[in-house]
Formats: sequence, structure tokens, C-alpha cells
Amino acid sequence: MTNTLHRYGNAESFEDDYIVFATPANGRNDEGCISKLKRFLEMALPFNPVNLGDAAHGGGLRPSHGLQPTAHWKRDAKPDYRAVIEGVNEPATVAAVFDQRVVAEDFLKVVKEADLGLCVNISAGIDGAEQCCYSTGICRHSIGYSLGFEGHTEKLPSSDILMLTTMCGHGMVSANLANKMVDWVREGRRTPAEAATYMTRFCSCGVFNPSRAKRLLGSIVKKSDKSEK
Amino acid sequence: MRIDPNKCVACGNCTYVCPMGAISVDPVIKRATVNRSECVECYACVNGMSHEHLNPTLVRTVRKLFQIMRVRFDPEPDVCPTAAFQPEELQWPRVVRRAFSDPRATHESTGVQGRGTEEVKTNDVTGRVQRGEVGITVELGRPGVGVWFYDIEKMTSALAQAGALFEKKNPLTLLMTDLATGMLREDILNEKILSGIVEIKVPVERLDEIIRLVRTVEQDLDTVVALGVGTRCDEDGEEEVVAPILSRLGYKLERAKTNIGLGRVTNQSVESEEERSSSIR
Repeated sequence: MTNTLHRYGNAESFEDDYIVFATPANGRNDEGCISKLKRFLEMALPFNPVNLGDAAHGGGLRPSHGLQPTAHWKRDAKPDYRAVIEGVNEPATVAAVFDQRVVAEDFLKVVKEADLGLCVNISAGIDGAEQCCYSTGICRHSIGYSLGFEGHTEKLPSSDILMLTTMCGHGMVSANLANKMVDWVREGRRTPAEAATYMTRFCSCGVFNPSRAKRLLGSIVKKSDKSEK
Repeated sequence: MRIDPNKCVACGNCTYVCPMGAISVDPVIKRATVNRSECVECYACVNGMSHEHLNPTLVRTVRKLFQIMRVRFDPEPDVCPTAAFQPEELQWPRVVRRAFSDPRATHESTGVQGRGTEEVKTNDVTGRVQRGEVGITVELGRPGVGVWFYDIEKMTSALAQAGALFEKKNPLTLLMTDLATGMLREDILNEKILSGIVEIKVPVERLDEIIRLVRTVEQDLDTVVALGVGTRCDEDGEEEVVAPILSRLGYKLERAKTNIGLGRVTNQSVESEEERSSSIR
């Protein structure tokens, strides 16, 4: 999967976006990997990730298929990381998302120390990832660059919306929903944090960064308010 | 995907969440309907939305009352109040839509979830991309535009003609009838998916040429393309070969996925196989 590679934005916009993920390779290090994947996620908990995910089952915030009508007034928006960890039951990529580089670095140190044998990657702005590796004494093995989007780019939504939707690389967060959330925040119908939560639930592997989404929603609305004045 | 007209209350919530914009409320029948041609079976609607199980008649009555009283109820936007989605039992070839669009669906061909690529994220244990080589992912349809297989075939056939080596375990490669021509199975060409990733490997000297080829072909496709280029770092963890080529091609490199080299081959079957082959050598 390239689900975290093609996030849209410039280096500055990735300042609060660090995804560290562990992947078992089919036929190489996937035997007995479930306990290691769980341990990877457990190790992330003390570092207060902004999301935690299992590609096979989802992230910390998931939709409910038995929602009670009272949820329209009082809905639990707290991520359930324990459910993510306990739900890992097959070889799949697991990820921890952080909104601060120093925290991602501290987590990487622990991961390195644990020596799980799983393939571990960091997906972030290039400089940020390089600094993470440098500060933890990690020698990079391979690197996969995103060259961005091309072809008939006139079919794409605005860059502001792209920054939101591409945080789910599987494309589960639609541009129409992102536009609607921007409008709702602008109209005061929801806070940026609430709007970010709605979008987070659609990400099926838990790599959506609600902290960055909240910041982006706030700044998009602020920017459009200014331009209207 | 279908929406049960007996359950749908035309609240419109699902029309916003569909990544393809394939759901709309039919003003005549006053129910949400799915455009089957545009629907890529990604299941974002049924899997991403929360479901209530309210009585449809009751919900319609309440909505009608609110309408008469000109009261706006501000419900949660990611909820289907009556659990009206009806996933279908998909048959070939439509089933390929789901395999390539729903990240939770597993490709039967590879046993891999999502769109089925490895890129360089497991390169520390697979050695798929060696120094002097580049792995290229050409993702068509992303983000949120979608792509028809007949457009993917234009890309795969051009790359095959250029002598690119397709990744064998990639689900798209497995749908090719001939790796030498890059042609895909004819019966899937009129199917649309959220995105498909063509994964190839070439010597680094050919990177410039291949990227230029992709740029030419993409002009002829009715979609967008996301390009990724993976390579092995040197002994010091530096990468000073591919980045300069990409810069010369005009790319401003902002984001990357970095394999930090902590992976080890731990499967006992592989270890014993490697021991055996090294003793033979």
C-alpha cells in the first residue's frame, strides 16, 4: 500500500504529521508476528499517539453499526486504542501517528531497542524523517519518495481539501465530506475537532491524523474568512 | 452497493461520504440511489458510516414535521439512520471493483489487503530493490478520481513496451494476460476502481526515461496519477542518486516513506532454506 506516502502538502504542513508503522513481510517475517504487532502498538501508548491503527480493522475511532439516537447529542469521540491492540489477529500493517517530531523520535528509540524484527518505516516530511533517524542513530535502509499528483489534475479538489482527504491514502475520506466539514466549521455548526473526528472515522487503517486535520480545518476557515473581508 | 428504498429516508448523509460522488437523492422517488457505473464498490458508505436502526416511517414523519415547521435538525453527518445499505454479492468481473477499491477486501490473487504493493517498505527483508535500481509505483485514479481498467491498460502496455519489469506479486500484474505486452484481461476493461497501482522496477539509469514516458501516457488518460519512486540508501543511510534525478525532472520532494532497516528474516522456513542454499554454495 502507498496509503501514507502521497499526503498532500508542503514541508511546513507536515510538521505535525509523523507516522511510524510496522509491517510483516509475507513469507519473510510474518510467522508469529501477531504478538509483535501488538507489542509495537502497546509500546506507542505511553507516547500519546494521535491515532493508532491496524490496517485490517481500523483506527482508534471507528464507526458504530449499532448507534443509539442519543448519539446526536452526546457521542463518544474518545479513541479506543485498547480495542485496536486487542483486535490485531492477522498479519497486517499497524501504525502509530504522532503530531510532534520529538515524540516520534522517542518512540523510534523504544522500537529500535525492542528489536522486534518487523519492517519499520516512518512516513513524514523528508527532512522530519531524516531528523528522526539522525537523532535516534538509525541508518536509513531504503526510501520511497512521493512525486505528488499529475495528469488531469483539474479533476482534483482544491489544495486545502486535498490536504484533508489525502490523509486517508485509501481514499475513504471524500472531498465532498471534507468540503461539508469546512462549511460546518465556518458556520459554527461544529468545532474543528468535531469535524476532524467525523473524517477520522472513515479511515479504515487508522493513519488519518486528526490533530493535523483539526489544525488544517481551523486555518482553512480563518483563511477564507480573511479573504471575504 | 445498493440502498434499500424501503429503508432509505433521503436524509442525504451518504451522498457526501461517497468518494466517487456516485450516490444522489432521486427527487422523483425521494430515495438515495447509487449510480452503478460510477460506484467502485469501495464500501466507504457502509463501512465508514455509523448506522442507527430507526423505523423508516417514523424518521420520514419526523423529517416531514420538521420541514413543515421549518425547523432544522442538525444530526451527525456520518450516520445512516436506518441502516439502509445493502452490499451485493458481487460476481466477476464486477468483483474486481471491490478488490481494488475496498482497503479491507483481500485480493484473492495475492492474499494482500489494500491495493497490494510492497514498494520499499519491506525492502530490508525482501531485497526487492537493490542499489542501482528503482522501484516505481504509478498509481492511477488517486486521489478520489477513480480509473477504468482500459486506461490502466494504456499505461501498462506503454511500460511493457519500454521493457519495464512488473512486480510479480502486484494484483494488477496478475490481471495481465501477457507481461511482455502489459495487456490486461479483456473482461475487466470496462470496470472502474478507486485506484490501481502499477509497480515496476528499472535500473536507475532508466528512471528519467520512464518518468517522461509516464508523463506522456498520463495525458491520454481520463484520470490523475500519483507517482512514487523507491530506492536503496547507501551504507551511510544517505540517498544521493535518485533525488538529484527527480529534482532535475522538476519534482520538489516534500514527503517520503523511510524504511529504517529494523526488519529481519525471522520465518524459520526461510532461515533453514537460506542455510541450506549457503551450504550448497
